[in-house]
Amino acid sequence: MKLQSAGQIALVVAACAYLLSVYLMSSPVWIGFTINALIVAIIALSWNITGGFGGMSSFGHAALYGTGAYASAILQVQFGVNAWIAFGFGIIAGAAMGGFIGALAFRYGLKGSYFALVTLAFAEVLRICASSFAITGGGSGLQLRLDPGVGTLQFPDRTVFYTILLVVVALVMLLTLLIKKSRFGAYLVAIRENEDAARALGIDTYKIKVQAMVISGAFGGLAGALYLQLFLFIDSTVVYGSAVSIEALIGPIIGGAGTVWGPLIGTLGLHLLSEGAKHLLPNAPGLNFVLYAIVLICAVRLLPRGLMGLAALFGTFNSRKDDDHA
Amino acid sequence: MLEVRNLSKSFGGLQAVSDVSLDVPEGSIVGLLGPNGAGKTTCFTMIAGFTKPNAGSVTFEGKDITGLPPHQICARGMIRTFQIVQPFAGLTVQENIAVGAYLHHHERQEAMALARDVGKRLGMGNMLDRPASSLTIAGRKRLELARALATGAKLLLLDEVMAGLIPSEINEIVGIIRQIREEGHTFLMIEHVMQAVMSLAETAYVLNQGKLIAHGPPRDLVKDASVVEAYLGHGAAARLQDEHHA
Amino acid sequence: MSSLILPAVLSGLMMGAVYALIALGLTLIYGVLHIINFAHGSLLMLALFAVYFLNFYLGIDPYLAIPIVLPVFFALGYALQRGLISPMSSGSEQNVLLITLALSMIIDNLALYFWTSNTRSVDIPYAYDTVEILGAFLPLGRVIAFGAALAAAPLLWLFMAHTRTGSAIRAVAIEKRGAELVGIDVNHTYAVCFGIGTACVALAACLLLPTFYVTPQVGYTFVLVAFTTVVLGGMGSLLGALIAGLLLGVIESLCGLFLGESLGQIGIFVAFILILLFKPSGLLGKVGR
Repeated sequence: MKLQSAGQIALVVAACAYLLSVYLMSSPVWIGFTINALIVAIIALSWNITGGFGGMSSFGHAALYGTGAYASAILQVQFGVNAWIAFGFGIIAGAAMGGFIGALAFRYGLKGSYFALVTLAFAEVLRICASSFAITGGGSGLQLRLDPGVGTLQFPDRTVFYTILLVVVALVMLLTLLIKKSRFGAYLVAIRENEDAARALGIDTYKIKVQAMVISGAFGGLAGALYLQLFLFIDSTVVYGSAVSIEALIGPIIGGAGTVWGPLIGTLGLHLLSEGAKHLLPNAPGLNFVLYAIVLICAVRLLPRGLMGLAALFGTFNSRKDDDHA
Repeated sequence: MLEVRNLSKSFGGLQAVSDVSLDVPEGSIVGLLGPNGAGKTTCFTMIAGFTKPNAGSVTFEGKDITGLPPHQICARGMIRTFQIVQPFAGLTVQENIAVGAYLHHHERQEAMALARDVGKRLGMGNMLDRPASSLTIAGRKRLELARALATGAKLLLLDEVMAGLIPSEINEIVGIIRQIREEGHTFLMIEHVMQAVMSLAETAYVLNQGKLIAHGPPRDLVKDASVVEAYLGHGAAARLQDEHHA
Repeated sequence: MSSLILPAVLSGLMMGAVYALIALGLTLIYGVLHIINFAHGSLLMLALFAVYFLNFYLGIDPYLAIPIVLPVFFALGYALQRGLISPMSSGSEQNVLLITLALSMIIDNLALYFWTSNTRSVDIPYAYDTVEILGAFLPLGRVIAFGAALAAAPLLWLFMAHTRTGSAIRAVAIEKRGAELVGIDVNHTYAVCFGIGTACVALAACLLLPTFYVTPQVGYTFVLVAFTTVVLGGMGSLLGALIAGLLLGVIESLCGLFLGESLGQIGIFVAFILILLFKPSGLLGKVGR
């Protein structure tokens, strides 16, 4: 992975060191907290494909996350399907939902704020549906039967689950890197920078954008399905709520949208920050979002390319300093 | 190579282009002239597939491409550039060119290698690693050409590639276009810089208010009364004649 | 069933008028500043709490609170645009969306922290009075809200058409540079416009509270409806927002009737998605996408 400055390497090393130190601390609180952060990091990586590389900011990534979680949960609870198969279908369902939303939105040329709003509306429609129908458990949600084991994808030992998550995050980041280094990734960035010029250069922009939504949807569905296996319970607010959509976009924007490491670093940073605040101000639910919001405002104003962009300015290896290709 | 027949387009009540026909033979450089608002860029957008014409046809290398989307037209070997150059600001010069090269070279290594070649051929060898946003106007125009060439296009539609350049830069671009033509490419260019049109194009078409009013070698066109009037207003040709004789 | 449709339509129209009023503020801001204010719903929630507390602590009737809440929220909107949104977003569309999203997160969560998620409503003597219209019994408060919201729209239009400030706002909306050249203070005009948009929300809060409730989450419910109204009405069109608001009120009410109360809002969001897809320029809009 080509990083361009000592600053970026330091940031990446710090993130990895933290993730490994969780093993040493052997504190259930820290492991639980970092597991949460990693699941959010996956939905952030999902947002990063469309929002970061493609420049299509979604405000409704919960639509993908929730669809992955619900698809897996419905198959397991209502139809008794094996957890592994259901998990796979969760990913497929997320990808299908991404493709569906993308196909509709881009068919009619939605961009910018309109795209953001239509994704938000999709998430909201799905949330209301999920809280209203019997197959989704209505308002009371769906609960998996507790049955630990590899066959049921339930791992009560948090260290095991943490390791699985680390591997999954690493895989998703590896895929992100491959995308970034591919023709597809170059096309996505070209579309972000200038869609008309991209079309003139022979890019089928509609196809590329829908494909990006499918990949993003698969990652999003994966995050949702993992959430289900972790907590064994979902309801419409938890997986289709606006909090998921906000967390999906805020991590990449803070960490550096359109970079491989940005979403993970941004998400970890934000979660550590809110954990710290929790110790200073206990019994203040929702205050982490106030904190996120303040950080978001500062980042929009001061860090247009996120932490990775900032870190790129420190200790550059060569004369070009104005790049964020980590 | 390119045959445009009876192309028409109206926006609301405004007839932007009406009944335009033109031919671009292989290996030639053809100019498309006309005052501002004459419908030149609208012709380009229709030929390149960005907007659908109300009537008429576009034939490229013997095949009807009317109404095809831009990416399919580009894949067949015809590409347009933009009047306002639009580099991908977040990418380096080489990566910009590679976006074009990816059209026929799906592997990153091949595309980047081709991008390097094309960049060097257009005299951008020392700026390949610079961010595209740091280029001057002249640099951006070259990048626009390089990106278009990297797609492997045979016919390039250039929209005012000289606009905004100083004379020495115009001479450089004229040289580059000659060189690219020698390599076997064909051009249809919208251009206001007459010096460039005169020295490059064998033939040119003049549009005024959406209609073709003249066509022929550029040297003859500048003497054509209807062309002069299109640019300078009704009666201008006669006045010029009078002044000439006086 | 058919005997239920007319009352449902009427009660939908009543609610729709309030949607229209909320959307008027949003569409004005969009039409002039060309930005989408994501915090619009949160400001509504804040106004509802303001009206609630004025009643709870000082016994001020929600309708009498109008002359107090309106100027305060005008000033709040002015200050937010001038002090936060404009300087922080550096003019980019996506940044405005993110900044106002952040603003709504701050307002909503602070409200949740200080006021908890309890549902509150005002206790007023006329709370259960009804009016009979075409055989349907409608809450008095809803009828008043309907009348006042319908009156507010033409007033806003008159203001825009016939006052100096209104002309300045229209000038800035059409041609920012030109307005600047003839000496209009663009930043001030933007902020005034944002202030008026926020004042619309405050008026809506005063009209809404007698027959509604307030929780810190209530803003989120309204903001999506308001977006739908604005888009359906044609971004920036005042008349369009009015018609769209009424229409959506009826759609919601009928969906609630036929699909069940909890699915009432589905109709609105499905309408939203369909409009964005098929007619993003809205009913009366000129520009889209």
